[in-house]
Amino acid sequence: MGRKVVHKEQLAPNVIRMLVEAPEIAKKHRAGQFIVLRINETGERIPLTVADADVVKGTITLIFQVVGKTTMLLRDVPVGGEILDLVGPLGTPTHVENFGTAACVCGGIGTAPLYPIAKALKQAGNKVISIVGAQKASLLILEEEMQAVSSVLHISTDDGSKGFHGLVTDVLKKILDSGEKVDYIIAIGPLPMMKAVANTTRPYGVRTMVSLNSIMIDGTGMCGGCRVMVDGQRKFTCVDGPEFDGHQVDFDNLGARLKTYREMEERSRKEYEEHLCRLQPAAS
Amino acid sequence: MNEKPEQPKKPKKEKIPRQKMAEQDPRARIQNFDEVPYGFTEDQAKLEASRCLQCKKSKCRDGCPVDIDIPAFLKLIQEGEFIGAARKIKEQNALPAICGRVCPQEEQCEKLCLVGKKDQPVSIGYLERFAADFERNSGKIFLPAKRPPTGKRVAVVGSGPAGLTVAGELIKLGHQVTIFEALHKTGGVLVYGIPEFRLPKAVVQAEVDYLKAQGVEIQTSAVVGQSVTVDELLRDGFDAVFIGTGAGLPMFMNVPGENLNGVYSANEYLTRSNLMKAYLFPQYDTPIIKGKRVAVIGGGNVAMDSARTALRLGADKSMIIYRRSRVEMPARVDEVEHAEEEGVEFHLLTLPLEIKGDERGYVKSMICQKMELGEPDQSGRRRPVPIKGSEYEIAVDTVVVAIGNNPNPLVPKTTPDIQLHKWGGIVADEETGKTSKDAVYAGGDIVTGAATVILAMGAGKKAARAIHKQLTGEDLTPPQPSGGKDNAEE
Ligand SMILES: Cc1cc2nc3c(=O)[nH]c(=O)nc-3n(C[C@H](O)[C@H](O)[C@H](O)COP(=O)(O)OP(=O)(O)OC[C@H]3O[C@@H](n4cnc5c(N)ncnc54)[C@H](O)[C@@H]3O)c2cc1C
Ligand code: SF4
Ligand code: FES
Repeated sequence: MGRKVVHKEQLAPNVIRMLVEAPEIAKKHRAGQFIVLRINETGERIPLTVADADVVKGTITLIFQVVGKTTMLLRDVPVGGEILDLVGPLGTPTHVENFGTAACVCGGIGTAPLYPIAKALKQAGNKVISIVGAQKASLLILEEEMQAVSSVLHISTDDGSKGFHGLVTDVLKKILDSGEKVDYIIAIGPLPMMKAVANTTRPYGVRTMVSLNSIMIDGTGMCGGCRVMVDGQRKFTCVDGPEFDGHQVDFDNLGARLKTYREMEERSRKEYEEHLCRLQPAAS
Repeated sequence: MNEKPEQPKKPKKEKIPRQKMAEQDPRARIQNFDEVPYGFTEDQAKLEASRCLQCKKSKCRDGCPVDIDIPAFLKLIQEGEFIGAARKIKEQNALPAICGRVCPQEEQCEKLCLVGKKDQPVSIGYLERFAADFERNSGKIFLPAKRPPTGKRVAVVGSGPAGLTVAGELIKLGHQVTIFEALHKTGGVLVYGIPEFRLPKAVVQAEVDYLKAQGVEIQTSAVVGQSVTVDELLRDGFDAVFIGTGAGLPMFMNVPGENLNGVYSANEYLTRSNLMKAYLFPQYDTPIIKGKRVAVIGGGNVAMDSARTALRLGADKSMIIYRRSRVEMPARVDEVEHAEEEGVEFHLLTLPLEIKGDERGYVKSMICQKMELGEPDQSGRRRPVPIKGSEYEIAVDTVVVAIGNNPNPLVPKTTPDIQLHKWGGIVADEETGKTSKDAVYAGGDIVTGAATVILAMGAGKKAARAIHKQLTGEDLTPPQPSGGKDNAEE
């Protein structure tokens, strides 16, 4: 039951947007949910957030950063080609209601999973303040899309090449200090960034949700590999999450667990790159 | 065959010793994932079958949860009618090649075998396996006659032994059957849990292919409760739904250090290795920590499978840490013996207290405490009590927690009107599998808690009969609630 890739484009260096045929997932999917895919028979299973869904065309949008062998393999699936297995939607959808003012904070590739959530929050009647961060301007993605679903959009870059020169947490702190009443915050991005957001908002007592990217296999609660500690309780990211209260998450343990297979992943990546290099001369 | 003439009353065949299957040498086999026993030769099988006394009131049959006509199939083997024997078994058990390998025969048929009173019992399990393998390898698998189509559709959720059995029974009866399986592979624990060296995946695949050949439709990567709910299945035209989602939610010990890198649930460890083929990394992309000193917590089949997998992944030392004593270990005797031959160390009456890690967050050691046996508990097993001051530290780099599984809550959570036990399992009638919800049946580990393959199959057979009754009792009209609610109490 392969799934056909119908569109592929590069959004930023090493960031790919892909449309995949999955009509029943497109229909079922709600903001905050993800899929697990396996590209080929020897492939591993990895989770990816559904960044958008088109019920009419029956497609889902995946946006991913090319970091290791599996995301390289995914990048290399041609339009018209197939992904062997794709299961979803998985995870608990984002709890969306009219909180009042909602701040959506994202960094890097985290904009992809945040976008459908910001959209849903806006639709529910929230004033959506978005803070989109990146290392530099060329790495910003989905700016227009975020603009469309935000009441206010702040951009920040580490090198100052666009928008505010600094970190998303600096922007967030300014807003919170300005006296603007923020009722709900959601942050998605690299782990250190989500931890920093949670630490920033803690003194203000504003509810802050984060979306965790644990290592997963099945995505159905069967393996326990995706476990995280939240308020001293063991939770399975794939079924209890992926969103949790950022003030309660043990980020350090998750950070360590994410590095479990670092060396093996590095080896896989190198071998695949070498494999591509060997193909290159013949192809060109 | 040395007969002793001084005991003339006993039939001579009793003197034939219980036959052993040839096996891979322990030192060789821990270097590979191939199946350990090779199975009986034809001569061995006939010889072993001839040890059966052909009792009129065969006790062994009482011990078999699915009531296989054991003396009859043993007789056929003795006569060299191997395919006939396989078909005889299949009258009652659709998956004999699997059951012959994984049933706890010493607790069931073989426990009650009369020969076993004085001698070792007849190897019913090995012979069941032999007949089934013979039939499969002969290529003479026959498709049973199918009844004319009834036009009824049944959804089976989960493709473990319970689901496969329900599907197999109902397709024969002319119903249309669709299996929904969350994973990308069909077979449940048989493919993701039980390792290749104990149950070759080709054996499971043959059974799945057999179902497909009969017309069972299988949708993999379909998580009921997420992709589609039970209510939606019923609304979308399924006349009945069978839930066989198993006990897939791993339990942890709740000791400090359990989230360190290198601590796995047995489900994760075995899934990485079996389903994802991490033992073939880097040809396969899924990684697994190939620990040198591996501690496996638990004493069941799952623990044995994990400890033996660890050896095959290259561990120098693989240890079973079990808080009770040897006799209480729930694992099959064969598996404990195999583990021992392979060099797995048994640390019995030992309780893990804490797992310690290094500065990078990887497992470094484990603190354990010795136990002694006290008074029997509710289960009748003597309760282990800690010995004060007996704590000690063992160096380990991988810990596998194999202390049991809870039911997967995905289906219960999204099926609000289904009655549950306090521990999360689905309440279902023992004889029919009927749940509190109309047209919804359940069986296997999701109803009993983690149990056995054959019990899951037995439950599947009963549920299939009840479903058939529901479907054919109603003539071309949607199913009505059949009878009152007969829910078992917790
Ligand atoms: C490692 C291990 C070794 C074992 N060894 C033995 C042994 O030697 N002998 C023995 O008799 N028993 C053994 N058992 C126990 C035996 O495997 C189980 O009792 C039996 O498999 C239960 O069958 P089941 O059909 O109820 O569920 P399972 O085999 O657990 O199958 C359930 C299936 O449902 C799927 N599923 C779950 N949720 C959903 C959902 N929401 N939607 C769709 N699909 C879903 C799962 O992915 C799975 O494939 C062992 C178990 C393990 C884990
Ligand atoms: S199915 Fe199990 S209990 Fe029944 S005869 Fe076979 S081995 Fe024995
Ligand atoms: S991914 Fe296996 S339990 Fe969450």
